[in-house]
Amino acid sequence: MTRFVRWYGSSPLHLLVLIASFALTGYAVVRLFAVRPLDVAIWFVGAAILHDLILLPLYSLADLSAHTVLRHQATPEPQVPWINYLRVPTFLSGVLLLVWFPLIFDLSIPYPGAARLPEGVYLGRWLAITAVLFAASALAFALKLRRVRRAARAAEERPAPGQDAAP
Amino acid sequence: MDSGGRPSAPGSGGPRRPRSDEDHTPGRVERFRDAMAARAATGAAGARALVRRVKQTPPPPGPFRPGFWRSPIRGPWLTSVFGLVLLIGIPLLFVTGMLSYAAYNPGLDRINDQTPDKGLLGFYLFDWPTHPYWLYRLTQGVHVTLGVVLVPVLLAKLWSVIPKLFEWLPVRTVAHGLERLSLLMLVGGVIFEFVTGILNIQLYYVFPGSFYTLHFYGAWVFIAAFVVHVCLRLGRMSRALRSRGLAAELRTDLAHTRPEPPDPDGLVPQAPAPPTMTRRGALTMVGGGSLLLLVVTAGQSIGGWARNTALLAPHNRAPGSGPNGFQINKTAAAVGVNPAHLGPSWRLELRGSRPPLVFTREQLLAMPQHAAALPIACVEGWSTPDQHWSGLRLTDLAALAGLPDAGSVLVESVQPPGPYASVVLRGNQIHDPRSLLALHVNGADLSIDHGYPARIIVPANPGVNNTKWVHRLTFRT
Repeated sequence: MTRFVRWYGSSPLHLLVLIASFALTGYAVVRLFAVRPLDVAIWFVGAAILHDLILLPLYSLADLSAHTVLRHQATPEPQVPWINYLRVPTFLSGVLLLVWFPLIFDLSIPYPGAARLPEGVYLGRWLAITAVLFAASALAFALKLRRVRRAARAAEERPAPGQDAAP
Repeated sequence: MDSGGRPSAPGSGGPRRPRSDEDHTPGRVERFRDAMAARAATGAAGARALVRRVKQTPPPPGPFRPGFWRSPIRGPWLTSVFGLVLLIGIPLLFVTGMLSYAAYNPGLDRINDQTPDKGLLGFYLFDWPTHPYWLYRLTQGVHVTLGVVLVPVLLAKLWSVIPKLFEWLPVRTVAHGLERLSLLMLVGGVIFEFVTGILNIQLYYVFPGSFYTLHFYGAWVFIAAFVVHVCLRLGRMSRALRSRGLAAELRTDLAHTRPEPPDPDGLVPQAPAPPTMTRRGALTMVGGGSLLLLVVTAGQSIGGWARNTALLAPHNRAPGSGPNGFQINKTAAAVGVNPAHLGPSWRLELRGSRPPLVFTREQLLAMPQHAAALPIACVEGWSTPDQHWSGLRLTDLAALAGLPDAGSVLVESVQPPGPYASVVLRGNQIHDPRSLLALHVNGADLSIDHGYPARIIVPANPGVNNTKWVHRLTFRT
């Protein structure tokens, strides 16, 4: 047993479960790849890397760039964390686009003829939703800024503690 | 650098024969065995040394370095929250998907079966019921809407475990290598399923082959890896969930957001950046994404007033007004129905145990009409509220054809040969009193796009199996 664990790297149960799983995978893969195997393989491997090696680097880079480019505007005003007022509407608008991009960009050729519904409405709707999301975020940020500045001004107007006691 | 682990010179640990023996042959065998054992020992020592040396190879620069991933909220707890949502959602997707497969009655006839090589994967097939009549509307609405709604959670889950993709060494043991191969199937499988499903509901047929086949076999590839992943990670997930309270986490502000304690999986960063978002914020953002998708999608499956809220869903508007103004799957023009075949020359042919009977539409209208309020529910997830159909009961037509106890019926459409131009329905579907060859809907003649002169409507039947433009019914025992 210990020799097995040393050689294999885990318990025999781990191996049994994985073999059972791979057997089922093999059974389904043979059928999945029965027609146009190369194309299906490209799609499957493409699916595996789509998020981890394409989407994630892109959105991480965008996030880091937003941080770097928009950081440190020298203002006398107190600093307010702002990144999430940009992140959240971008994320929300982004997932809508990610899911519904074929309709938004009118990419589906059979759609209007099959459903007898005109395409071309989706881009406007997505843009309108995006506008509402960013406007709501801007409003929330403006309210936050006002609150913080008022608090800062109130703190300024109050006499600094210990002033009278100065020698 | 590790001289102690270097393989010893060949022969240095060679056989040491105690003494020469009278018996020659066993001595030679013994000597051979000793030599082999020694060589094996040397080889094993060498392999161990090599493994040790490989294990000490420093990671290449970039994402493989432990300091590369810096999000302070990444950690087992956050991953487990997303994991728990998927642990509930994905089995629900799988079960509703398998139900949809069964709803097509692929085991009933070759015509219904787009996956004739399914083999054992159809092990669970059963007679798809007609009760409750909204069954398919519910299961498929849940399948599609839930799939769309889980997209942000899936993305968040993948984001939260990204350091694992770049763990160093890429393969540490045989077990580790096999597990990573299984993870390739898991991640490839889940995104393959989500992508094919989401493209199909928008009629964006760019995937390589028939959606039905790809999505069905892809689901089995995925679920095989999913079950293993759950088996191997369930304990870790529940431990991680118990490590922090959800309520407390939802009260924690940015100033008090700290990384989780270091974990053996390396999700928690070794060099965390200052936090810019709380865990509450991350969960709210992801949940908000799901909620927003739900709002702009679900209405197409609920219908009525709610349809207008499905701003981005494919079936979010009525294609027309009046009795025939409800959703259309495929128009007559889209499937290439020749309008000349639907005019006065149209006939319904009825076959069974007697010589074929042929009816004009007027003759059918002269027969006793029956009504049923049934929805159209599509595999794409959208559906209509109940429509008021009227026409002839399939069970009456079976009796007319001389087979009152018919076990199945082949329904053939005027539409050119292709997928769903014909279908076989089962006995339970024929004999449900609400199953009709409909001639009217909502008090008017069927429109061409809804199947004029006559169409099938069967409770709980997937929309595409409610064949339109029917011209022949062949009842069988």
